[in-house]
Amino acid sequence: MRTSYGFRLALLGIALLIAGVASAQAANSLTITGAGATFPYPLYSKWFYEYSNSHPGLNFNYQSIGSGGGIRQITAGTVDFGASDAPMTDEEMAKLPGPILHIPTAIGAVTVVYNLGGVGSGLKLAHDVLVDIYLGKIAKWNDPRIASLNPGLKLPATEIVVATRSDGSGTTDIFTNYLSTVSLDWRAKVGRGKSIRWPVGLGGKGNEGVAGLVKHTPGAIGYVELAYAKQNKMAMAALKNREGTFVLPSIETTSAAAAGAAKTMPADFRVSLVNAPGKDSYGICGMTWLLVYKNQKDPAKGKALVSFLKWAIRDGQKIGPTLDYAPLPKPVVDMVDKTLKQITSGGKNLY
Amino acid sequence: MSRRARTGENPKDLLFENATALFAFGVLALTLLLFGLLVRESLPSIRRFGASFFVSQTWDPVAGEFGALPFVYGTLVSSFIAVLIAVPLGVGSAIFINEFAPEWLKTPVSFLAELLAAIPSVIYGLWGIFVLVPVMRDYFMKPAASVLGWIPLFRGPVYGPSVLAAGVLLSIMVVPFILSVSREVLATIPQVQKEAVLSLGGTRWEMIRIVVGQHCIPGIFGATVIGLGRALGETMAVTMVIGNRPEAVLSVFSPGYSMAAVIANEFAEATDDLYLAALVEIGLVLFLLTFVVNIAAKLVLRTMVTRASRGL
Repeated sequence: MRTSYGFRLALLGIALLIAGVASAQAANSLTITGAGATFPYPLYSKWFYEYSNSHPGLNFNYQSIGSGGGIRQITAGTVDFGASDAPMTDEEMAKLPGPILHIPTAIGAVTVVYNLGGVGSGLKLAHDVLVDIYLGKIAKWNDPRIASLNPGLKLPATEIVVATRSDGSGTTDIFTNYLSTVSLDWRAKVGRGKSIRWPVGLGGKGNEGVAGLVKHTPGAIGYVELAYAKQNKMAMAALKNREGTFVLPSIETTSAAAAGAAKTMPADFRVSLVNAPGKDSYGICGMTWLLVYKNQKDPAKGKALVSFLKWAIRDGQKIGPTLDYAPLPKPVVDMVDKTLKQITSGGKNLY
Repeated sequence: MSRRARTGENPKDLLFENATALFAFGVLALTLLLFGLLVRESLPSIRRFGASFFVSQTWDPVAGEFGALPFVYGTLVSSFIAVLIAVPLGVGSAIFINEFAPEWLKTPVSFLAELLAAIPSVIYGLWGIFVLVPVMRDYFMKPAASVLGWIPLFRGPVYGPSVLAAGVLLSIMVVPFILSVSREVLATIPQVQKEAVLSLGGTRWEMIRIVVGQHCIPGIFGATVIGLGRALGETMAVTMVIGNRPEAVLSVFSPGYSMAAVIANEFAEATDDLYLAALVEIGLVLFLLTFVVNIAAKLVLRTMVTRASRGL
């Protein structure tokens, strides 16, 4: 009888302890959840790490399930913010319970990579040639249209093996957006999207799949993110831009494209950066966005989210280049700052 | 009723019996629930495309046109190739291990073969990209296409990633299943029967042919079906070597696509409802296909077993 009484007392003590710990944790810890794009995931995870370190009690939980999943989850309201490599369409926005803001966070470039034995980076390609390679109209590497762009370069008579992304991805969206922008033929026959019906080619899953195909197939051409191409030391093509210069992809030429597009940036940031004006601009670039409701349900979370976003577009931008993401140009940062001031919770401004 | 009377006296037995029944029906309910959900979620696609879903070669997410033929075709052909290679390999090595191998070799060979089953499929896929595909392309597919290219089955151009590469990779993944089931089946042959054949002056080959023919065909068929089931549903390894091109082409050297692979590849980014429904319908087709294969196997197996027992 005595022992059982003591046992119960001990149990009660443990239960109280657990309750106490749980409530203490709830009192000074806040978890902001997000889901979406995989492309900026390395940058976001670094941001969340740095920011939570300097803000104890604040945690982030980000699931990189893909832009489509991010849009679905923010629409359903199961996360505090979404993330996407493609702006939401009007159709998608019509399904939202309230107005949403697209907050640009970084700019990325998609590089054209190839496997031509001894030929290193710098093979010159014009947009019409790239389009016709992906349409299957140019089938051999020694095609006169490629050769005339690259005098002095000995091109093999091998077949061009086109590699594409088989999984739905923002990278494909940016790449096909570029092809649709520079070619009416492409726009009419194929179009743009995260998954499309490729006229020719083999599909690889993820950047690593495309890179694997290109590396192990002689005569292959493909497209991968800049960071991926650089880290794997792949041969990258110099692309002819709008002003007629051949530009290699890099952080500088990506920033140049962003600066070129900044002048005509719309207020909701739903714009593509492909084929941007400017002598040094690289052609195939795209922004990536966080999706945040204008009216935050939870004032505490909303406040923390806005503070984080303020940090992300200022100090956070310095981290981008170390991970091969180009920072937002200054005029765009100012515009984003103004947008952040619109976020409210129950009529109260959270900036 | 008589069964109830047997166990009904003990309430604990009754409880146990009902609990197991509950679990069994739980499994059944799960299967039905899965089927129902797949049907419900794919309704938009079923309504929109109807039967043309199965004959259309078009898979165009931009235009919103979807057809499953290339995926069904790729899945069936790659799985068929896998079984075609794996059955002789698995059954042959099972016979060797059980009947001919010296004692010291039996354990390491069977252990290593069964270890193949424990390797994650993504590892197979990586090995496929880095080793199998380049080797097959340069030393088999290219020479074969230049010699046998006039046969539609072996027509070029050869890229490497292909339905054949997927089939060969799958066969390696399927072999351990066929091997271990075949070994179990061979182990059930009564020693007396083997000795009877040998004592009548039969060679070892005759012994295997007669005894295995008598006894083991249903079991080996069952092993094949297990292997086929594994091959039909395999996703990761297949998507890494099949080329992911939604086209049903006769040549086994050309890239293709499989049902499981397209779901894994495109589901995460499928935003609009029809696209999503079409992907779920592919899942439904895969579900039904494995279901039909298993039912057919059960039926064939039953006739085989009755025939074999009558033959004795």
